[in-house]
Amino acid sequence: MKVLTMAEMAANGEQPEILFWVGCAGSFDQRAQKITKAFATILDKAGIRYAILGKEESCTGDPARRAGNEFMFQMMAYQNIQILNGYQIKKIVTTCPHCFNTLKNEYPALGGNYDVIHHTQFLEELIASGKIKILDSNEWKGKSITYHDSCYLGRANEIYEAPRKVLESLDMELREMKRCKSKGLCCGAGGAQMFKEEEKGDKRINTERADEAIETKSDFVASACPFCNTMLTDGIKNRDEDMNTSVLDIAEIIEKAIQ
Amino acid sequence: MMGLFPQIIFSLLTLLAFGLFVKKINEIRSAILLGKATFLNDKPLQRWKNVFLLALGQKKMFRNPIVALLHLIIYIGFIIINIELIEIILDGLMGTHRILSKPLGNYYSLFINCFEILAFLVTIVCILFLVRRNILKIKRFVSKDLNGWPRTDANYILIAEIILMSLFLLMNAADTNYQFIISSKISPWLHGNTADTLYLIEKSAWWLHILGIYAFMNYLPYSKHLHIILAFPNAYYAPLIPKGVMHNMPAIQNEVLYAMQPELAPSDALAPESFGAKEATELSWKNLMEAYSCSECGRCSTACPATSTGKLLSPRKIMMATRDRIETISKNIQQNKQFISDGKTLLHDYISVEELRACTTCNACVEECPISISPLDIIMELRRSLVMEQSNAPQEWNGMFSNIENNFAPWKFAPDDRDAWTKQV
Ligand code: SF4
Ligand code: SF4
Repeated sequence: MKVLTMAEMAANGEQPEILFWVGCAGSFDQRAQKITKAFATILDKAGIRYAILGKEESCTGDPARRAGNEFMFQMMAYQNIQILNGYQIKKIVTTCPHCFNTLKNEYPALGGNYDVIHHTQFLEELIASGKIKILDSNEWKGKSITYHDSCYLGRANEIYEAPRKVLESLDMELREMKRCKSKGLCCGAGGAQMFKEEEKGDKRINTERADEAIETKSDFVASACPFCNTMLTDGIKNRDEDMNTSVLDIAEIIEKAIQ
Repeated sequence: MMGLFPQIIFSLLTLLAFGLFVKKINEIRSAILLGKATFLNDKPLQRWKNVFLLALGQKKMFRNPIVALLHLIIYIGFIIINIELIEIILDGLMGTHRILSKPLGNYYSLFINCFEILAFLVTIVCILFLVRRNILKIKRFVSKDLNGWPRTDANYILIAEIILMSLFLLMNAADTNYQFIISSKISPWLHGNTADTLYLIEKSAWWLHILGIYAFMNYLPYSKHLHIILAFPNAYYAPLIPKGVMHNMPAIQNEVLYAMQPELAPSDALAPESFGAKEATELSWKNLMEAYSCSECGRCSTACPATSTGKLLSPRKIMMATRDRIETISKNIQQNKQFISDGKTLLHDYISVEELRACTTCNACVEECPISISPLDIIMELRRSLVMEQSNAPQEWNGMFSNIENNFAPWKFAPDDRDAWTKQV
């Protein structure tokens, strides 16, 4: 499978249907790379003409902005918008809710106007339009799963249904945690917390959330954000070494269920 | 002459009560306007819709239907029973007795009966709320956020409402000329009193009731109960954009633009005085209005991942601290004609660095607040000041900043490896 960069496409005078914004976690973090690969595979199988920015992509600036460093954010935004506008990008899909929020809601004020969707929305579209077909005998059928709402997808952008619809299309049993959708509990990573030690308290936030996930006694935990994924994986491991409930991104689940 | 005496006293007291109330409201208005300008007048139609849904309709309260229903009873009761005040004030000024009973004819009893039923329901709900606050150990009410005055404040209001409602019913019960639906059940307790005593009871209840209302009205601006007024403008000015958006800082946007494209820089570009907020007056007037609107209910803190895992941060406390600080500044200005430094700032003296650092920007507080307050917005403004004005960031964050600057990612990876994964598919 060949993943084309925007530079390569532009050199051939082509425009992609959609730009896949990979994000820093998706590019560098070992666990998140698996999500990236799964999603790229789906795009490939669905016959979508997509491109990535490759080495020309930079951090959107989200963690800097949320930590309070507006300068750093504006610098990253400037660079990214220059590149995106230079390639005349119209449509972007991303596997990271933080990138999604920044590109969709914060870049327009800075001159970056794109139609941005999250990969769970894109997957919902691909399934609905028949561009990808869920295998009748997929390995998830009948298994139970609980979905953790990412704050930046959920409350920040009110996307609650797309990821759930995708899971339901697999004939899985969707179990909700005590706190879900608009009441969903944060995994603890947002607001640049991912990049520092947690402040002192009597419990870690990811442990608290992991407990709620474990309580559902589901076979799997689904996430739609690379940071939530890491936090919940660690949280579950901390609770119980032998716990084999794995935290999977929705893209990874779908990739295993299609032809 | 003697006959006019009560009318004169009543008129003076009414004048005093409204005068003091208006004065205090104006003070609060000036305090709010100490905040920075922000433009929030677009899309009036959608804003009015929010006023109806969120303030009048209390939409968000219904996330917990039982409490919402009880709260609605107090709220509707409060507004509707106040219609009866028109008659009470007119009677007081003109020296009449139930001045509206004639013009309203048969409808008069209907009205008063409705008021009485509401007064009765309000009393019951206030008792339930008192029990809930003080006997049932509900986390958001036992919280240390409310230690001291705020807890007393909440109880005072409930007790005051019970007393006011009881006086209203007692007044009606002692009035032998009328039979109303609830007070007629109290009347038997008053049997055996002479007509004179009944008259005295009625008059005393009447006076205590209206004076109580005036006192309550003047207590309101000092209390968390101010939300019954400010919830309305607060709903009107509620943000109409997705919660994920942090507001842009055009000054910095331009600074970066001019650094990258110097040819665009105007020769007279002024550097802004400061970034973010370390003092309450550096917040927007909207932030400050929210601080005055906060009902201290604690729904935000119950939902907050930081508060609920024992961190120092509590979004309710952020709002309370902001209100305390702007009140102090406003008093200082009134006394000294201008602000004389008291050696304190909102950041550090009222809200600590540790609190600010615990926020995950998850928006749970914003989502839960029934009156559309955003503690997160204040937290972010303070964080901006902390990082950009005082270079006060944890070591790991400084590392993250320099990674973004040098490697274009928050971790220290070679930028050239960004697409390394493509070789493994
Ligand atoms: S945004 Fe911050 S203050 Fe608000 S609930 Fe989340 S962590 Fe708490
Ligand atoms: S900010 Fe809103 S939710 Fe929090 S205490 Fe105040 S009124 Fe209640």
